[in-house]
Amino acid sequence: MKLFKTVAFIGLFLISGFAGATALSSYTFEDKAEEQAFRELTAKIRCLVCQNQSLADSDAELASDLRREVYALWKEQKSEDEIVDFLVSRYGDFVLYDPPFKPSTYFLWFGPLFLLLIGAYVLSRALKSKTEDKEVELTEADQQRLKALLEDDNDNQETTK
Amino acid sequence: MSDPNPAEAPTETKTPGRTRYLIPLFVFLIMAGFLLKGLFMDPRHIPSVLINKPAPEFNLPTLYNPEKLISKAGMKGKVWLLNVWASWCGACRAEHQVLNEIARMGIVDIIGLDYKDEAADGKRWLAQLGNPYTEVLVDKSGRTGIDFGVYGVPESFLIDGEGVIRHKFTGPLYYPDIKEVLIPKLNEIKGEGK
Repeated sequence: MKLFKTVAFIGLFLISGFAGATALSSYTFEDKAEEQAFRELTAKIRCLVCQNQSLADSDAELASDLRREVYALWKEQKSEDEIVDFLVSRYGDFVLYDPPFKPSTYFLWFGPLFLLLIGAYVLSRALKSKTEDKEVELTEADQQRLKALLEDDNDNQETTK
Repeated sequence: MSDPNPAEAPTETKTPGRTRYLIPLFVFLIMAGFLLKGLFMDPRHIPSVLINKPAPEFNLPTLYNPEKLISKAGMKGKVWLLNVWASWCGACRAEHQVLNEIARMGIVDIIGLDYKDEAADGKRWLAQLGNPYTEVLVDKSGRTGIDFGVYGVPESFLIDGEGVIRHKFTGPLYYPDIKEVLIPKLNEIKGEGK
């Protein structure tokens, strides 16, 4: 019984993987390459209802409506940019998974690079101060103190034993 | 004996070094602040790109007279609230009493947009819950909804006499919205003489 449940669960899991594939099956394409290109375009677009699913995968009602619109534009030989503009002008940049490159998103795009540079700076500082430490020359007085401390330490260790 | 490491021990580096260890703590606190704010934000609320832009064109039949078409041009000169609803939408039922209240106050014309709905269901809904709309447009295919960037009903758009979208309510209207948002926005539009 337990085995049956496990098999059934795995089976359902596998079937759910194909659910996305069926979303585009109602559209006809000239060839495999065209279908692939259409799939890639719709995969870049977010379904606004179930936000972690793309337009290519989502079964939401709105997603299927938007797929219909995108398909109609596609068949009118509109360019990818034109189709993306159609969606962005209605739903905003949020429909795109990749945020566009513009002043309001500079921080988003350059932020990681900026952090990396800070990290590199901190690291180089840390490494530099380490190598500098090695070159410290001890004065006569320092040597004396050091010797005294070390001897003191040795004495302590012996007494604690 | 010649190992220089113990030389690090002297007190010189102690004072400037102290505050340095607090930097990661501050960085953490800043990040935690952003994440905390994220907890209280609604990811379903997507700001509309259509605010202060001309409303999209439409030409739609009305619910009670499919022969009668209403277009955007036909609404010119009027300030109106476009309310997108459907009889299959649960949140619309909750919102409906607020719309009835706005209609009773008579502060703005409400035009309904029955979105992807059956005409019979829409009519039954209005017969049951009351009809706050001056006109009800029918968007059977959802195409006009797409032009308005509708991604979930209910949504409402406040449109001025020039046909510009001045405000969008995403999700149901609540009673406080009337006083806190709708009336101030209407006064703003009135002040401009539009």
